[in-house]
Amino acid sequence: MSRTRTPVVTGWFAGEGDNFRLLGTRCSACASVFFPREDGFCRNPGCPGGDLDEVPLSPRGRVWSYTDSRYRPPAPYVSDPELPWQPYTLIAVELEAERMVVLGQAAPGVSVADLEVGMEVEVVPGVLDEDAGTTRTARTTLTTWCWRPTGVSA
Amino acid sequence: MVLAADGGERVTSEVAVLGAGMHPWGKWGRSFVEYGTAAARAALADAGVDWRDVGSIVGADTVRGGYPGYVAGATFAKALGWQGARVTSVYAACASGAQAINTARTQILAGLADVVLVVGADAAPKGFFRPAGGDRHDDPDWLRFRVLGATNPTYFGLYARRRMAVHGDTPEDFALVKVKNAAAGALNPNARYRKTVTAEEVAASAVVADPLRLLDICATSDGAAALVLSSMEFARRHGAADPVRIRAVSTVTPTYPTTVLDLPDIATDSAAAVAPADGTFRASIALAAYEEAGIGPDDLSLAEVYDLSTALELQWYEDLGLCGEGEGAKLLREGATAPGGRIPVNPSGGLASFGEAVPAQAIAQVCELTWQLRGTAGARQVAGARAGITANQGLFGHGSSVVAVR
Ligand SMILES: [Zn+2]
Repeated sequence: MSRTRTPVVTGWFAGEGDNFRLLGTRCSACASVFFPREDGFCRNPGCPGGDLDEVPLSPRGRVWSYTDSRYRPPAPYVSDPELPWQPYTLIAVELEAERMVVLGQAAPGVSVADLEVGMEVEVVPGVLDEDAGTTRTARTTLTTWCWRPTGVSA
Repeated sequence: MVLAADGGERVTSEVAVLGAGMHPWGKWGRSFVEYGTAAARAALADAGVDWRDVGSIVGADTVRGGYPGYVAGATFAKALGWQGARVTSVYAACASGAQAINTARTQILAGLADVVLVVGADAAPKGFFRPAGGDRHDDPDWLRFRVLGATNPTYFGLYARRRMAVHGDTPEDFALVKVKNAAAGALNPNARYRKTVTAEEVAASAVVADPLRLLDICATSDGAAALVLSSMEFARRHGAADPVRIRAVSTVTPTYPTTVLDLPDIATDSAAAVAPADGTFRASIALAAYEEAGIGPDDLSLAEVYDLSTALELQWYEDLGLCGEGEGAKLLREGATAPGGRIPVNPSGGLASFGEAVPAQAIAQVCELTWQLRGTAGARQVAGARAGITANQGLFGHGSSVVAVR
């Protein structure tokens, strides 16, 4: 049986290890950055419109806020209803250069007790589900991004 | 018709509230059509207007009733009995009801109709609201569930934690909002939850999305609300010499770039290229209502705000200008927003006592203003109420604020 790795959304992130980055787009006319990526049009109302070029987002930012999900979210979130629900943590991260806040799940094992607003975090590759879309001949790992504290506090 | 910028004569920009009605909130297990029709009949009876004399009906849509939900105006018109009225159906997420009110108002002020019936009703599912079905990678609402499992309460949790970090709010402050609203809701026959709640009970309820607990977060409910609106001239002819008047309806969109992570977004806009406006989207919703009404926060007798969570009610205090930024919890602790306080907030019991019936909720807020301004709110009456405001925010850049006076 083969195992393939499929991003939960195509084109939102790329790279391995230290080179893993979220991918947005930047307008060539006004320099506005978009995540999730805008490929069709620039949303700045004062911009005449420019080409939207893919751009990696800053790999590090600071915690804007955080919470967790103590109950199983409904579909289309993928989770095995046979297994007991394991709460996960969500972190909203402020990126200084882009001046925007990006939400993501925390890396496995990071709980709300480990976090504080203002703490530095970095983006790392993550796995949303090991066996989503698994068939008899192929196993698919659904990949995503996660935020993980760098150890630098607020 | 141009509004006077100086707060001068603006009588012609007002519409009268002739009637208000509701179907009680709850989990009744029946169709939204049944609730909406009951609320409509109650509002018509309250107005003393025969349905056959209504020139226009505006329905606030629900996405949970199939096709009839998407054409709510026609659905209610048929249920009440086809009588040839102009029909409109509007959808604007949680602001659907306010947009229905605004559509009615616009028709009246434009002279297209004398009397308009506004109806919103919902039959909510058990558990979390969820996105529409299918595999829709271009729908931000689908994506936030798919990629993050980010339910509505997780966003409320993010806002609450942010307030704790920036303003020093505590979970005890949040619980006090529930205690206040539950006490008010206990007095409201249309509320779903009619029991008082203690701070200890809030603290003992399960955490849903840290730091918020089950009793910090509003439920989803069945319910319906309706209004009969008319021109001031029709109201006079009808014998309503001093009706409650709607003086402003704000339904503004945000300005780019947004700086608060709003439902259902995964990120804010980037402010790297364009400086953000002063103030948040929520504050701009209220500001537009104040400007249109020619009044300010100091003129208010009461406010009905969208307390999707306890912490969000405190946020609204600040966005409505009832206090300065970061002072919401202080205002609450002083008792200013409780019954008998300087500016009672959610004397109806709020979403804490009702649970959200999406297309009905913004209409229900205006029903409460109507009863308060008439002085007929019974045990929850705000003494001498002369002016009230509603505030609401929903998904996809929608929000609303209505000012009513008497
Ligand atoms: Zn641009």
